[in-house]
Amino acid sequence: MQRLTSTDQLQSLQRRLHDQAGPGCPTLVIPAGTCGRASGAMAVIEAARDTVRERGLTDSIRLRVTGCHGFCQMEPSVLVEPERTFYPQVDAESIVRIISAVAEGKVLDDLLPTDPDTGEPVRCQEALPFFRTQVRTILGRSEHIDPTRVETSLAAGAYSALAKALERGAPSWVLDEVQASGIRGRGGAGFPTGVKWGMLAKQPGPHGKFLVCNADEGDPGAYMDRSVLEGNPHSIIEGMLLGAFATGATEGIMYVRNEYPLAIEHLNLALDQARALGLLGNDILGSGFSFDIAMVKGAGAFVCGEETALIRSIEGKMGEPRQRPPFPIQKGIDGKPTCINNVETWANIPIIIGRGADEFAKVGTSGNAGTKIFSLVGKIRNTGLVEVPMGTPIRAILEEIGGGPADTAPIKAVQTGGPSGGCIPADRFDLQIDYDSLAAAGSIMGSGGMIVLDEHTCMVDLARYFMRFLKDESCGKCFACRKGTQRMFEILDDIASGDGTPEHLDLLEELALVVKDTAMCGLGQTAPNPVLSTLRYFRDEYRAHIDHKQCPAGVCKALITYSIDADACKGCHACVRACPADAIAGEPKEPHRIDPAACIRCGACVTACKFQAITVA
Amino acid sequence: MVNLVINGLPVRVEEGTTVLEAAQFMGFPIPTLCHNEGLTPYGACRLCVVEIGDAPKSKLVSSCTYPATEGLHVRTGSKRVVRARKMILELLLASCPQSKTIQDLAAAHGVRQQRFRQEYEDCILCGLCVRMCAEQMAAKAIGFRGRGERRTIGTPFNVQSDVCRLCGACMYICPACELRCTYNEPEKAVCGGCENISPPCIAKEGFNDLMCYMDPCVACEIEHEREETR
Repeated sequence: MQRLTSTDQLQSLQRRLHDQAGPGCPTLVIPAGTCGRASGAMAVIEAARDTVRERGLTDSIRLRVTGCHGFCQMEPSVLVEPERTFYPQVDAESIVRIISAVAEGKVLDDLLPTDPDTGEPVRCQEALPFFRTQVRTILGRSEHIDPTRVETSLAAGAYSALAKALERGAPSWVLDEVQASGIRGRGGAGFPTGVKWGMLAKQPGPHGKFLVCNADEGDPGAYMDRSVLEGNPHSIIEGMLLGAFATGATEGIMYVRNEYPLAIEHLNLALDQARALGLLGNDILGSGFSFDIAMVKGAGAFVCGEETALIRSIEGKMGEPRQRPPFPIQKGIDGKPTCINNVETWANIPIIIGRGADEFAKVGTSGNAGTKIFSLVGKIRNTGLVEVPMGTPIRAILEEIGGGPADTAPIKAVQTGGPSGGCIPADRFDLQIDYDSLAAAGSIMGSGGMIVLDEHTCMVDLARYFMRFLKDESCGKCFACRKGTQRMFEILDDIASGDGTPEHLDLLEELALVVKDTAMCGLGQTAPNPVLSTLRYFRDEYRAHIDHKQCPAGVCKALITYSIDADACKGCHACVRACPADAIAGEPKEPHRIDPAACIRCGACVTACKFQAITVA
Repeated sequence: MVNLVINGLPVRVEEGTTVLEAAQFMGFPIPTLCHNEGLTPYGACRLCVVEIGDAPKSKLVSSCTYPATEGLHVRTGSKRVVRARKMILELLLASCPQSKTIQDLAAAHGVRQQRFRQEYEDCILCGLCVRMCAEQMAAKAIGFRGRGERRTIGTPFNVQSDVCRLCGACMYICPACELRCTYNEPEKAVCGGCENISPPCIAKEGFNDLMCYMDPCVACEIEHEREETR
């Protein structure tokens, strides 16, 4: 592709590509992000390619492989344009049927998802409860883009916000727009992006200034950044270009964790394509503005998501934080002013500039503008990535989009913000999701993880899980975080093992508050949140573990026993065959018995029993 | 010059001074373990935390790394600071009770209990030796390895380093192993020895106006505390 030397050339290329891609023949859109590939999207794509080729349909049916659309549970899925029919959980056989149907202009009702209320098949993606109330400003764009082909990005309007800014020629205008939009950092702390940029713009930078895209997403159960990186890498490059134009930054760095190979592949490809088109490098679009982005791969330390640790990691040193001040905006990489923003923040910038700050600020609530992507996982019927306006109540996300509990057990709480976040109990589900409300409720927005917990989740066990993660991921530099997380884990482990005492509870709370107060960086300061929020809302569960040596959720192995209800047991032997510890005995057709000494409490018998005869208490 | 307020007292210090230096200059005692005047501040032990700013937005920061800034309000002994310091000392006692430095600090700050499971570690990873080796000895023979609970200090691959001159500076500066506490009940974390010292300032009753120059005196502080609890 030829290097573009003016915004006019870019716009005419965009128009040409848009017309070429415009409505014509039906298109099968198959999402193949990491999530889709894990569930078999590549086999579906291969089958689709072969079928289209064999039947000579290459002129009448198009195929587009994109990044994740969000409904990961239903992948591999197929979206048929222009009708926007959504086929969930497609396999290599059903895709052949779908292609035949599309060629004949038909819809396969038996493969369509059904409406949970009416039981009728749903013909259009937007009519599905999962998609109905979402505002998919960022994720929606991934549907139109094949991340490996820059043509599709350009046809979908990539870099038009950059052209708009370059035509205006005033960096201060971009800065004002971002400030006026009210966008706050999507990485978790919610610092106003415009203010941060304003500070960078004011910093003297005789030796250059850095912009960094923080793509070191490490929260267990959260992957919204990955899907944006994989599905729409050009939006992040464009966001960083606009940031550089506004703040006078000279160098850009993408800090991506090495565990995201597909994201790295797509980003590298996108960077090369942008350079070839003259959208990165010297004299971008003939405007005299120069900026380039380098890729740095992180080795997978959770703490490197923290700004100062990330900077040290980029410098090639051990990834551990340092006390601020000086802030990265004053002294960052190699001592130069550095502004670090999250992937999702960067992806929002082209939208702000393209649509205008006022338009952006209309979505969400005042002080919390725009949309936010959440990764909705856990004990919920619909799992996947959900994009909603800020200020949406938790209940709306769980019930309307999530479709309620996955099982018969009711939802007890939702854990937001990953290991640094906290739990919100069911009686507070009317809480609007924004930075301030979540912080007031003892949790944080974090990067957007949302783990749904039901009555079968033990809150002590959950706190222990997160504390195990944090004690392993603490860098160990500051004593409060290193020893504090270890000791909190130790106490939680004691409580879960039935060795807890009432004094343990006081000590745990006292320690958690001190670690929150004294730790050096964000990781340590937020590490006690899982403990403090579960203590705040679920102290009863802790007390049950300590006073009655019981685990109400039936999770903590040391405190539960499995037994067989003699009346319900039919003596079918299924549990005996399933038991890996040979702990179950009994004659055929006679009620069986579990030997509690041999039982390892794995729960295999519960799954195997067809008569619900095994009880956990 | 920078003007700040420490414990209500206006202080004027040179730019670039840390809060710790300013407070120590004014005579406010702040305990530290990982700080040494000849080495760059590290902020790892968290003992030197002080409270800055005004409620409700006040926060704790490590004074060894925090620069004195114009108009800063610092409290070195507020309730919040004392609570944090005592907990940190309790954690230190739980891991490293053999260090006399730590036992003395614990005694001086009224830490009389250790409620965690007792460990006997030698190193508190304060990093003084690493900085000593790199900054004063210009050898960089030792460094940190691993993270979290697997973090240790040593040479690369645990083999005798070519750049180590066996100068011993790392051992000299170590606050954990330099002096061993010689208490006689190793199963207890809190050493009983220093608690049993009688105040050295002879019978105080007869000399109420006498000015004691031993400040802080561990024995006196323990005595005061006992009186208060009585």
